Amino acid sequence: MTVTHPARIGLRVIALGYLSLLLVLPVGLVFEKTFAQGLSAVWASLTTPAAISAFWLTVEIAAIAVVANTVFGVVCALALVRGRARGRWLLDVLIEVPFVISPVIVGLSLILVYGTTGWFGKWLIGHGITVIFSPPGMILATVFVSLPFVVREVAPVLREIGTEQEQAAATLGASRLQTFARVTLPSIRWGLAYGVVLTTARALGEFGAVLIVSGNISGKTQTLPLLVETRFYNFDNAGAYTAGALLAAISICVLLVMTATAPDKRRL
Amino acid sequence: MGASWSAATSPVALSALKLTLLSAALVTVINAIMGTLIAWVLVRDSFPGQRIVDAVVDLPFALPTIVAGLTLVALYGPDSPVGINLAYTRTAVFVALLFVTLPFVVRSVQPVLHALDTEMEEAAVSLGAGSAATFRRIVLPNLVPSILSGTALAFARAVGEYGSVVLLASNIPFKSQVMSVFIFGEVENGSPHAAAAASVLLLAISLAVLLSIRGLARVGGLARVGGHE
Repeated sequence: MTVTHPARIGLRVIALGYLSLLLVLPVGLVFEKTFAQGLSAVWASLTTPAAISAFWLTVEIAAIAVVANTVFGVVCALALVRGRARGRWLLDVLIEVPFVISPVIVGLSLILVYGTTGWFGKWLIGHGITVIFSPPGMILATVFVSLPFVVREVAPVLREIGTEQEQAAATLGASRLQTFARVTLPSIRWGLAYGVVLTTARALGEFGAVLIVSGNISGKTQTLPLLVETRFYNFDNAGAYTAGALLAAISICVLLVMTATAPDKRRL
Repeated sequence: MGASWSAATSPVALSALKLTLLSAALVTVINAIMGTLIAWVLVRDSFPGQRIVDAVVDLPFALPTIVAGLTLVALYGPDSPVGINLAYTRTAVFVALLFVTLPFVVRSVQPVLHALDTEMEEAAVSLGAGSAATFRRIVLPNLVPSILSGTALAFARAVGEYGSVVLLASNIPFKSQVMSVFIFGEVENGSPHAAAAASVLLLAISLAVLLSIRGLARVGGLARVGGHE
């Protein structure tokens, strides 16, 4: 090692101090503000009809988005890495789009396409389908913003494992489906798990894109992140902290799973 | 169309655009430095609880943006326990963006630093180079591509950020209003086309910045490309 002892301690102190001031202290404070109200107040605030409805809507939307993006992500990663089709680079670039576009712009673009005055607006009204200001639009927004995670985690693993084992399976008479289920899937399972966890975290917490397309109607189109915002603007700070602490607790659980599924990822 | 375009280039919108780009740029620079430093401490240092610190770095990825905003209100809002009130200020925008973009550079530099052989550094030291010279001449050139790819992601995220910014910085035109908040306001006011024009402007600018960062990485001429995250 090339760094002297005092310099090493200095760098460690700077890194830990920065992380504490910026991340740990503020997040800790939300829990402190929540539980300072007393447990019964916290429970009451989490079990209002609006909160219960928001919780289940959040879970339902996230579940649909995770399933959709997992299936899409694996198929897309296979097409990118194993496929021979021309124009794969375009797919590769398009996959990154949700990372580069503001969630607000994602929501806006959905309104421009599916809203009442949007491209498909007339057709949708004619068929009695509402997308914007109802759960289908919120699902679309969530799927959009959480789309890249599975692809980006699975594709490098597929590239790394190569095709030798898959070819061996094929020469031994395995069908494509059998090869995928018995050979490919077990090899990508950790990358896939990490991608699914990241997708879940993003889907549970998406705010900007969902807010724009939801209309934020309590009990109908209000998810937990939207409930946090609504309570905050209604001067119900205690309620906002409680709902925020619930979301933070969920994301800390997600974080623990993330750490467990990606132990060797950072070590390349 | 002309009306939408003039709304997107009105003084309010341009002021929001300027604030967005300047704070994103500043945050990106700080991330390049602090992210590399944190990655170095996580890879080359060892101390008890290091794995916990490593996990904490992912917190901004796991935490919903609105909760990130709420945590900042708790610490730097009107009821701040440390006596710092950043509500409705530009500093609030800056702090919120620092919070949400923290992991990008760390996660892109970390694997590269881990894969980097210490032999070259040891050789440099044995030839009499100080630790500063070793870092600047040996370690840093190897890390530059991964630092740049991390900063590109951080910049893109900072430019579009909404949830974490809006609670503490709020929506004060000419002061603390960033572009995503301006666009949101236009949608709420029933002018989605003005919002779309502003979005196109924002996307074009951030795309140009991203491409130049990518170009910079290529001009660096270094074959090593760091993996994201």
